[in-house]
Amino acid sequence: MAVPPESAAKAAAPQASGEPALRKEHTRRDHVVIRFAGDSGDGMQLAGMQFTTESALAGNDIATLPDFPAEIRAPAGTLAGVSGFQLNFSSSEIFTSGDEPEVMVAMNPAALKANLGDLAPNAVIIVDKEAFTESNLKRAGYESNPLTDGSLEKFQVFQVEVSRLTTLALHGMGLNNRAAFRCRNLFVLGMVSWLYQRPIESTIAWLEGRFKKNPELFEANSRALKAGFNFGETTEMFASSYEIAPAKIQPGRYRNITGNSATALGFLAAAVKSGRPLFLGSYPITPASDVLHELSTFKNFPVYTFQAEDEIAGVSSAVGAAFGGAIAITTTSGPGMNLKAEAVGLAVKTELPLIITDIQRAGPSTGMPTKPEQADLLMAMYGRHGESPLPIIAAATPSDCFDCAYEAVRIALKYMTPVVLLTDGQLANSSEPWVLPDPDKLPEIKVELRTDPKGFMPYIRDEETLSRPWAVPGTPGLEHRIGGLSSENLTGNISYSPANNELMVRTRSRKIAGVTREIPATQVFGDQGGGDLAILAWGSTYGSVREAVKQARDHGQSVSHVHLRYLNPLPADLGDTLRRFKKVMVVEMNLGQLIKMIRADYLIDAFGFNKVQGRPFKVSEIVNRINCALEG
Amino acid sequence: MATALTRKDFVSDQEVRWCPGCGDYAILAAVQKAMPEFGIPRENIVFISGIGCSSRFPYYMDTYGFHTIHGRAPAIATGLKVTRPDLDVWVVTGDGDGLSIGGNHLIHVLRRNVDLRILLFNNKIYGLTKGQYSPTSEIGKVTKSTPLGSIDYPFNPIKVALGAHAAFVARSIDVEQKHLGEMLKRSHDHRGAAFLEILQNCNIFNDGAFNDLSDKTIKADHQLVLEHGKPLVFGKNRDKGIRMNGMRPEVVAIGNGLSVDDLVVHDEKNLSLAFMLANFEPPMPTPIGVFYAEERPTYDALINKQLADAKAKQGPGDLRKLLNRGDVWDVN
Repeated sequence: MAVPPESAAKAAAPQASGEPALRKEHTRRDHVVIRFAGDSGDGMQLAGMQFTTESALAGNDIATLPDFPAEIRAPAGTLAGVSGFQLNFSSSEIFTSGDEPEVMVAMNPAALKANLGDLAPNAVIIVDKEAFTESNLKRAGYESNPLTDGSLEKFQVFQVEVSRLTTLALHGMGLNNRAAFRCRNLFVLGMVSWLYQRPIESTIAWLEGRFKKNPELFEANSRALKAGFNFGETTEMFASSYEIAPAKIQPGRYRNITGNSATALGFLAAAVKSGRPLFLGSYPITPASDVLHELSTFKNFPVYTFQAEDEIAGVSSAVGAAFGGAIAITTTSGPGMNLKAEAVGLAVKTELPLIITDIQRAGPSTGMPTKPEQADLLMAMYGRHGESPLPIIAAATPSDCFDCAYEAVRIALKYMTPVVLLTDGQLANSSEPWVLPDPDKLPEIKVELRTDPKGFMPYIRDEETLSRPWAVPGTPGLEHRIGGLSSENLTGNISYSPANNELMVRTRSRKIAGVTREIPATQVFGDQGGGDLAILAWGSTYGSVREAVKQARDHGQSVSHVHLRYLNPLPADLGDTLRRFKKVMVVEMNLGQLIKMIRADYLIDAFGFNKVQGRPFKVSEIVNRINCALEG
Repeated sequence: MATALTRKDFVSDQEVRWCPGCGDYAILAAVQKAMPEFGIPRENIVFISGIGCSSRFPYYMDTYGFHTIHGRAPAIATGLKVTRPDLDVWVVTGDGDGLSIGGNHLIHVLRRNVDLRILLFNNKIYGLTKGQYSPTSEIGKVTKSTPLGSIDYPFNPIKVALGAHAAFVARSIDVEQKHLGEMLKRSHDHRGAAFLEILQNCNIFNDGAFNDLSDKTIKADHQLVLEHGKPLVFGKNRDKGIRMNGMRPEVVAIGNGLSVDDLVVHDEKNLSLAFMLANFEPPMPTPIGVFYAEERPTYDALINKQLADAKAKQGPGDLRKLLNRGDVWDVN
């Protein structure tokens, strides 16, 4: 993303947060991309998240991208242990966490080295000067000190004695060095909060809650926070602070939400709406575990969470819960998807409602567990033996995870089918402001458990949806058997009749194809009637693609964006919509999976733009590709 | 209503398709006979199975039934029982289904003590796939997949169950209809995971595997029937017993100065004794009956208690309140 020019207007400080004599200038900025980076034990995720909350409360539009290693505590000071949190906050609508940080906080040499290549030209770098010791430089692989050897000339480097100043702020509290050292992140947060004129009250309130049982640590952390804030105000190092005005966003009540939280809440909302209990069968796996953590705090709704012995038991227990009438969910990431395939096939065959959530990560095999990818689409489509179709829904943004989780449940129940919900590691952990939905206005989820024995058969079907009745154990007169063996139409009895088998396979296939009636008309961002280039995308690439298309259109290019939520079945009007464009480019974080489906279904000669680096597309990458495509 | 049920009420309209002479027929008959005695309405009974000959079982019971996938029945049953504690859930599995492909689920369901009745039909062979050795087949077993003899050391299902700290562990034999009926009742009456190994003859691929225990002329010398509070006596003439020789159990003849008072008295509550008896393999007599029975909170009861406690403490779930939790702000 190109950095918008700084506003020339420099306003006087509107707030009296310091002595008049010390009052500094405010520089207005449209948006800022900042990255906090340090050792995984330095509390950078925490600092980033609190700064996000402060910015959200200040009314900015925000988008975040945490970036942390799979190792919980890699050796301190090494490149492998660097943990980062990027935040884009803006006075106008934004779609991504930003291509290039314009500000970076680096708590040690490794954090500097690992992130330097990503920074915007002339970026601001704030470092803890004291962490640049000989041994830390060596651990990071520096031969000379970058703070003194001139290698950072093209950046604005601010060297702050974070450790010493933090310790000074805590003087007299009797904390040991280690405890004091651990407050450095709050000092930095305070300093950055001043730099961008963020109120720190929300962070103090948060600290109060977090350290309710340890007043000493609350005191230490809030002292460090305030000391950092006051340091920003008083030091001569920073000539000016910045002001990012509130964004003009849709009215409503907001909260900041990550994709995993939104997913958990979406499932919960759907269960509440359906009047059925929620059951989650899951095995811990990065980056999906937070959904298990979050749902396990909602027991009073009621929500059952079952941490199973393995991935297979996670999905199998959910199949059992679905048989008994619960809203049954399993959550996992790629490796777990492989293991669940057989049980999902059973749910396809026995036509039980079940949601399989794949929070995709970079593969194959163990791959890069904390990094996002979109390479599980074809597995979701075809990764089961036999003809085994099921609906697939993919979320586009962190808050969209709520809507998609909700929709997945709605469709699973209406069509008595397993549904795959695809999100990814980027959506899972990044956050954005979310307009709280009104529970009364959520789409209806109607559950009619079969109770009437008259005319009951396990596989009689609804005329419109072709779904079979949900007849749960405990209902008198409906005793019946289901199973994985090929079964006779209507009765469900074991049948090896060739014609019957084809009838059942085709009926299930028609049932899933019929889900198209749930899909709204395809929205084209740009030229609804057609144009030079359509970018087709799905999932977390939404932000980068939308921003890139906006920029291209601002430059007068005829580029449009179609973003898919429903990947199976595809929208009925998608083929016709895409055919209105001279060129169709499919942007995916894989080597070309949706594109295969598009080409196969519509015989459209689409071309792909692909990336498998475990990192989201940069807006600039897509902009460049658009330029090539339009020239070529 | 429940008391009026008979054996016939539990017979489904499906033709039973096990091989003629299969031990599974006897087990099915015993289960169908035992069911009415339990007094549970049919609609509240669910049979869940995996894959294998034994796993066809649910189709033949006129209750709710779910014939699932290989080895996963304990996990599927867990999801059902946890969310539907009102149901009487039975798992039917075999030595391949339960101890090989599904071994992991079996040990975990036992340690968690989910309130399920688990019937493991042990015929020491893979029948449905036409005769490969199973995890309970003896070393040296010649089968289609082990032409030179099996080199796998076998599992003893009772030891697996005890090792997983199952709260109820028992064994019976397909042809011992009376004993099997009693063990089904004991399994049913137990609250928690009840593990019942049923030795079952596969007359096609492993005929006579339990001949010593089922042949009327010799079985009394090979069966050791465990009864709580009673001395360990066996033999056609009830003239043999188990005595402790220091730390080692031994078979002794009663008489010549030895009486039943010198024998070990069975105690279902004694886990060490259960482990010792589980180790009895030929030439020691094979114990049948309840090895171990312990009352311990069930997983499904505990999880439902957590839900009830959470509701009592936090009140019923309120979606609107939950969504508004934490840092929220208004944009006008």
